Amino acid sequence: MYDFDWSSIPGALPILWGGLKTTLEITGTAIVVGIAWGTVLALMRLSSIKVLSYFAASYVNLFRSIPLVMVILWFYLIVPQLIQAAFGTASGDIRMRSALTAFALFESAYYAEIMRAGIQSVSRGQVSAASALGLTYGQSMWLIILPQAFRNMVPLLLTQAIILFQDTSLVYVIGLADFFGSAYKVGDRDGRIVELLLFAGLVYFAVCYGTSWLVKRLQKRIAV
Amino acid sequence: MNYKWHWEIFFQQVPSGETTYFGWLMLGLKWTVTLSLTAWVIALIVGSLVGVLRTVPNKWLSGLATAYVEVFRNIPLLVQLFIWYFVLPELLPKSWGDGFKQMNPLAQQYITALICLGLFTAARVAEQVRAGIGSLARGQKNAGLAVGLTLPQTYRYVLLPMAYRIIVPPLTSEFLNIFKNSAVATTIGFIELSRQAQQLVDFTAQPYESFIAVTLLYLLINVIIMLIMRWVEGRTRIPGFIGSK
Repeated sequence: MYDFDWSSIPGALPILWGGLKTTLEITGTAIVVGIAWGTVLALMRLSSIKVLSYFAASYVNLFRSIPLVMVILWFYLIVPQLIQAAFGTASGDIRMRSALTAFALFESAYYAEIMRAGIQSVSRGQVSAASALGLTYGQSMWLIILPQAFRNMVPLLLTQAIILFQDTSLVYVIGLADFFGSAYKVGDRDGRIVELLLFAGLVYFAVCYGTSWLVKRLQKRIAV
Repeated sequence: MNYKWHWEIFFQQVPSGETTYFGWLMLGLKWTVTLSLTAWVIALIVGSLVGVLRTVPNKWLSGLATAYVEVFRNIPLLVQLFIWYFVLPELLPKSWGDGFKQMNPLAQQYITALICLGLFTAARVAEQVRAGIGSLARGQKNAGLAVGLTLPQTYRYVLLPMAYRIIVPPLTSEFLNIFKNSAVATTIGFIELSRQAQQLVDFTAQPYESFIAVTLLYLLINVIIMLIMRWVEGRTRIPGFIGSK
């Protein structure tokens, strides 16, 4: 039977915490940018201007058809060259910037679909009522439709955030040390891969299970 | 940007001389498709079983099935893959673990990725199966029991045939997901499409051609599956339900 030895974990906690901060930074950035840009994409997709809706549909379908691993690799190829073209040198933490860009743009496609469903879930009468009151398109969207769409979709947006939190572990493919990457490195260094991987799995499980339990409770509270 | 395109690179021989770089791409495509399809079989079988168990009256069985779904949904796929690959062989009886480590590397990677992806997707399939059964009217089950069918027979002849037809659309998106998720197997060195993309970059130093080719192949897989599933959806639609003709 395998001899478990968990003694390398306490000493490694600062490294693991550093990794977790990277994970959270990527997750947080992707949520904020994803919801903002995703909402814009959803509005474009629902717009009557053909060029805009065509662009948004292609964007969403393209990102949703490619594996996240390939998206991360693509941005790790493109972002450094863009930085070099813009600033002359490709210095700084290129991996982190590539990962941030990849996740923000990739998640936008998923958030766009959620927001589109949210906007469509608001009844048509609301739009008519808003224009009857003399609100412009922008005003009725910003003041009437989007707040309701957002509220209806909070549980789905949060569920997507949990999936995103798990998916950030894939930055492993470009060698960025997020929480999982740090755990693997420590395990590799100390010859304790078994313990570190199980520990990482347990932490992910605790965070995701706890959060989705909270989301379920929230869903009950805000249900109309 | 002064990038020099060399699309002819795909017709060049690889260093070992046994095939061209295009051959490498096709090899990657073959393994992506093989892994995804075989894992899908596992996902459907295990997922159906777990999904049915979640709806049975027995508390222990449904609790066990719920635990399965929660564990497999709340741990990242990559972490699961590494646990199957690095942890499980250590925890198995020594002779089994050693036997696994002595297999050829490709077989090791394939078997690990197959089990991992199959059981991971099974949890998602189980949720759909449960939702499908849950969407049926209560009377269906009672009617089945009332005409004298046992509970397993009611599932087999009344509930499941309806439930499967209802959940074809969400299963389609899981089917698409399994192809995308198969790319995670690149992390343990399995030579599927995205691994081949990285290999081509390393060997040819033509990153854009390699990535574009692989991305197009993923898009092609996507389109083919959508066409097949649209046909399946048309064939399995239940007359009288919303969405049927």
